[in-house]
Amino acid sequence: MSEKIATREAYGKALVELGKKNDKVVVLDADLAGATMTKYFKAEFPDRFYDCGIAEANMVNISAGLSTMGLIPFCSTFAMFGAGRAYEQIRNSVAYPKFNVKICCSHAGVSVGEDGGSHQSVEDIALMRLVPGMTVVVPADAKEAEKAVYAVAEMQGPVYMRTARLATPVFEEDYPFEIGKANVLREGKDAAVFACGLMVNEALEAAKLLAAEGIEISVINMHTIKPLDAECVLKYAKACGNVITVEEHSVIGGLGDAVADVLMGNVCCKFKKIGIYDQFGQSGKAADVLHEYGLTADQIAVKIKETL
Amino acid sequence: MNTAELSCVCKQMRRDIITMVSNAGSGHPGGSLSMVELIASVFCNHMRIDPKDPKNPDRDRFVLSKGHAAPGYYAVLAALGFISRDEYTNFRQLHSILQGHPDCKKVPGVDASTGSLGQGCSIAVGMALGAKQLGKDSRVYTILGDGECQEGQIWEAFMAANHFKLDNLTVIIDNNGLQIDGSNDEVMSLGDLPAKLAAFGFDLHEIDGHDLDAIEAALSAPVVAGKPRCILAHTVKGKGVSYMENQAGWHGKAPNAEQRDQALKELEG
Repeated sequence: MSEKIATREAYGKALVELGKKNDKVVVLDADLAGATMTKYFKAEFPDRFYDCGIAEANMVNISAGLSTMGLIPFCSTFAMFGAGRAYEQIRNSVAYPKFNVKICCSHAGVSVGEDGGSHQSVEDIALMRLVPGMTVVVPADAKEAEKAVYAVAEMQGPVYMRTARLATPVFEEDYPFEIGKANVLREGKDAAVFACGLMVNEALEAAKLLAAEGIEISVINMHTIKPLDAECVLKYAKACGNVITVEEHSVIGGLGDAVADVLMGNVCCKFKKIGIYDQFGQSGKAADVLHEYGLTADQIAVKIKETL
Repeated sequence: MNTAELSCVCKQMRRDIITMVSNAGSGHPGGSLSMVELIASVFCNHMRIDPKDPKNPDRDRFVLSKGHAAPGYYAVLAALGFISRDEYTNFRQLHSILQGHPDCKKVPGVDASTGSLGQGCSIAVGMALGAKQLGKDSRVYTILGDGECQEGQIWEAFMAANHFKLDNLTVIIDNNGLQIDGSNDEVMSLGDLPAKLAAFGFDLHEIDGHDLDAIEAALSAPVVAGKPRCILAHTVKGKGVSYMENQAGWHGKAPNAEQRDQALKELEG
């Protein structure tokens, strides 16, 4: 796990590969191509790249219109301005008509770092999960982000894909990516830890710390928040009797709540949500901000231990 | 269709609007009636569409950005055979294809789901851009409300239409001057709308939106290369029904049985 690549970087590179294979793919951005990494696609396929300027609502609906013509738009901006500002455009003009638009937002979560709370979306998963029929994908590392790009392009219908600004470790192990099918990365009997995005790596590191103390946890990568792999959640909840969710997102409405919805009425087990507890983010180096909100491996390990 | 034929269609559409809204006991007659000549001219004389093949990829596209005028939309779709008039009794009822605002998943001939104001024009921009991207000669039409132009996104769409040089796009503004809370000028003045539209770079045509010949002239004027067209159509809200004309109160209200009968009588022949 030495190499570090941001999921947004992988997203941008994957779009180029996708663009080579599928000439129906078009990419839109709102003056953030250098940050969302659509700049690679822009350089390779300038005729299939549309900068919409700083007008995200318009960009989402232009994407809707493009999709009705048979094109596959990848609509890119920061999570705050996609899922946030243009929520109602996504809801009414993309999801309601079931248009084939891929809303791909980078700079999600507090790991945005220095830009501060105004730019750190900790609500986007909740907002997009709420929308009927929306598929919500949160890749854990660069390899997964690449696979997710190809997978969401293959499927018909609206998708929200969340990527991060921060460069994070790329998993050495290569595993398959199937929308709606969770990946079990580590098996352990003492707790089932469901994580998404950058928190998958932190959960894996936490598992190593705990293993040194003789505590064995399962770590499950829930890269698809919706549709959630309920079968996997139930299986590991029953096997471990102790469920912990970890997300770089509000504990209100995100992965934790999605997992809780599956457990409720089905499994009797301990349950804890780790994430942002009804707070806004703030400026700081990404690592410092993650630590401030208790989202580093050692902090997660402590919280897991408290549940045992 | 010639002007006389189109005029007949318009009259029937107006009766249909009254019938639909009074049946449902709710809906938006005022802004449906104001755009009748505009939508009828677009659909009957300009759009390359086929009710037997409503999803033909090479068809022209239409977006009713002012989606609340759905009864007017359904009326023209019925006139052309996309839907049956038998559906009218289901307007705004449970399980109906005729939702209160147009749903493209349900109604043949509807290309985008609209109703949340300010969004349809951007969808039309996307369609026009897509047509260019794919080398199709499809034209895209959209009808906006003037009140709707208070939404900032409309101006984002105008900016983009001109930036992307979408000369395959025709934006029609149904400028009836009224909105729910009163006149546009009372609620939120649009200021010098023609000057603003011209400043955004449109090939601008300012017309009487009930004059079929003027509409025809504006729609069939030669394309100005690289410029989207905007037809600023001055209209009368509630046009054709005496007690509804120029009354903001009829924006979203259904006539009772007596009012319905009077309206239908006025729209006879």
